[in-house]
Amino acid sequence: MSDDLLFFTEVTLAGLGSGALLALTALSFVLIYKATRVINLAVGETLMLGGYLFLAFAAGMGLPVWAALPLAIAGGGVLGAIVERGLIRPMLGKSPISVFMVTVGLGSVLVGLVEMLWGTDPRTLPGFIANTPVFIGEAYVSRKIVVAFIAAALVIGVFLALFRFWRGGVALRATASDQAAAYSCGINVPGVFSIAWIIGCATAAGTGVLLGAIGGISPSMGIFGLSALVVVIVGGLDSILGALIGGLGLGLIQAWTGSYLGGEYQSVVTFGLLIVTLVIRPYGLFGTHEIERL
Amino acid sequence: MIIGTAKETYRADEALLTTRPQQVWMAVLLAGLAVLPFTFNAYWTYLACLVLINVIAATGLNVLTGFTGLVSLGHAAFMAIGAYTVAWLERDIGTPLLLNLLAGGLLAAGIGVIVGLPSLRVKGLYLAIATIAASFILHFVFVEWTAVTGGSAGISLQPGTVFGVALVDYTQLYWLIMPICVLMVTGAANLFRNRIGRAFIAIRDRDISAEVLGIPILRYKLMSFALASFYAGVAGGLWAYFFRVVTPESFPLLTSIFLLAAVIVGGMGTILGGVIGALFMTLVPELLRFGVELLGPVIPNAGLILSPVRTIVFGALIVGFLVFEPQGLTEIVQRIRRFFRLWPFRT
Repeated sequence: MSDDLLFFTEVTLAGLGSGALLALTALSFVLIYKATRVINLAVGETLMLGGYLFLAFAAGMGLPVWAALPLAIAGGGVLGAIVERGLIRPMLGKSPISVFMVTVGLGSVLVGLVEMLWGTDPRTLPGFIANTPVFIGEAYVSRKIVVAFIAAALVIGVFLALFRFWRGGVALRATASDQAAAYSCGINVPGVFSIAWIIGCATAAGTGVLLGAIGGISPSMGIFGLSALVVVIVGGLDSILGALIGGLGLGLIQAWTGSYLGGEYQSVVTFGLLIVTLVIRPYGLFGTHEIERL
Repeated sequence: MIIGTAKETYRADEALLTTRPQQVWMAVLLAGLAVLPFTFNAYWTYLACLVLINVIAATGLNVLTGFTGLVSLGHAAFMAIGAYTVAWLERDIGTPLLLNLLAGGLLAAGIGVIVGLPSLRVKGLYLAIATIAASFILHFVFVEWTAVTGGSAGISLQPGTVFGVALVDYTQLYWLIMPICVLMVTGAANLFRNRIGRAFIAIRDRDISAEVLGIPILRYKLMSFALASFYAGVAGGLWAYFFRVVTPESFPLLTSIFLLAAVIVGGMGTILGGVIGALFMTLVPELLRFGVELLGPVIPNAGLILSPVRTIVFGALIVGFLVFEPQGLTEIVQRIRRFFRLWPFRT
C-alpha cells in the first residue's frame, strides 16, 4: 500500500471512530426529540458531566472501572429523570423555543457546577484502555478509538433491538408517531417521556466517558454537543437511521478536512454543511417532512 | 386610582406614553440618565455604559425574536461585524466616529439579510440553529481574514473623537453611548406604531395567516433581520470604542445566549422588556461579585468560585424565568402597576 493511501486509510478509520461517538450522541438527541419533541441542547453538557462523574468514581473514590462506568451512566440517567420531572414536564405545551432555551440554561448550570466542583483545568481520565495501537492491515489506529467504535456500535445495536422488541421501545415509537393515539391505547405517555430522558441522558453520559478516555475531559467539552446537533439536523431530527449515517458521515468529513485542509476548517465545513442542508432539505436527509396547516 | 384613560383623538391614542404617570416616570428616567455621570463614580459609569450597549443589542434582538418570532442565537456575530467595521475604519481609513458607527450598523444589517435568508425555508428551532452555524462561519472569517481583522490578535483602537473631543474616560464615552441608546430604543418603540412593526407582530403570531392577509413575509422577515442586525452592529461599534480592542473571542456564542437570555428575562415582545432585561442581566454578575466578596471571610477561596457561581446563576435565571415567569420582568412591573392603579381599594 502506498503511503498516501495508507495515510488516507488511517484518517478514515479515525474519522469512523469519532463518527461513532457522534452517532451515539446524536442518538441521545433523537431519542429525546422523538418522544418529547424537545431539542436538548444540554446533551453536550450531560456528556461532560458523565466524564466528570467517571473521574469522581474512578479516581476520586478509587472504584474499579467496571463499577465506575455503570455508576457514571446511572448518574446521567438520574440527571435525565430530574430534568424531565423538574423542568421539562412543567413546560409541556409551551413554545418549543422556550423549552429549547430551558435546556440552554440547564447546560450553563451544569458547566458552572462542574467548574465549581472540579475546577476549569482539563483532566485526564484514569486509563482503562491500553495504549498499544491496533493495526488493521497496515493502518495504525489508536486502541481507544477502536474500543469507542465497538462500544458505540454495540450500544446502537442494542438500541435498535430495544426499539423493535421491547414493550417500552414500542411504546416510545407509538408516542413519537401519535401522542393522542398512544394515550388512548393505554400507553403511559408521561412514563415514556421519563424513560426517553433517562435513557437519552444515560447514553450521553456513557458517551462522555468514551470521549473523555480518548481526549481527556474539560468543562468546555460540551461543544461536542454542537457537532452532534449538526448531525441530527443533517440526518433528520426524528430519524435514528439519520443519526447513524449522519454521525459516521460527519466524523469522516471532519477527519478528512482536519487532515487535508487543516483543523481551522473543521467548524466551517461542519456548519457550512448544516446551512446547506437547512436550505435544501430543512427536515434533514431522513427526517419526516411536517406539513403546516393554518 | 386611575379609572380609565379617555382620549379624544387618534393621535393621543397612538402616543407612546398614554398616561400621566408614564410621562412622569419617563421624565424621571431621562433626568436620571442625564445626571448619572455626575453622581456615580467611574466604576458605576463604566457599568452604566456596558448596560446601555447591551440595551441596544438586546432591543435589536427583541425586535427580531420578541416581535417577529424569529429566534437568533447568532446575534453576537452581528455585534462583532459592527465592532470590526468600526475598528477597521478607524485604523485604516480614519473616517469620523459617527459615520463609522453607521457603517458598522449598515454592514451588519447587510450580513443580517444574508443570514436571514434561510428563514425563507426554515423557522423556529431550525432557524436558531442556522444562526448558530452562521456565527461560527463568521468567527472563522474573523480569525482567518488577517489583512482586515488582524487574525486572533484582533485590532486595537485609538480613543475615538467626536466633535474634537477625544473619548478617553468613561464619562465621555457615556455621553456618546447614552444619547445613541435613547435614540435607538425610542426608534424601536416607534416602529410598532406603524405598518412595519404591526407586520412583524402579525408574522410572529401566525406567519401563514399573515401571508394570507397580504403581508409579504419574506420581505418583512428580512427587514426584521436587517433591523436587528443594525442594532447589534451599532452596539458592537460602541463596544469597540468602549473596550478599544476587538478580537474574534470578544463575541463568543455565550454573548448570543446572554442577549437572548436578556430578552427572555426582561420579557419578549415589549420594548421595556429588552431594556430591563439587559439592565438586570448585566448587573446580576456584579451583584454576585459583591455577594461573594461579602462571603469572603466565611468561605476560604471565595474568589475562585465567583466565575462558576455566575455561570450557574446565569443558567438558573434563564430556566427559572421560563418555568415560573415566562412573561419576564415586564410582567412583574405590570403587576406592580396594576397594584398601584387599584390601590387603596384593592390590595
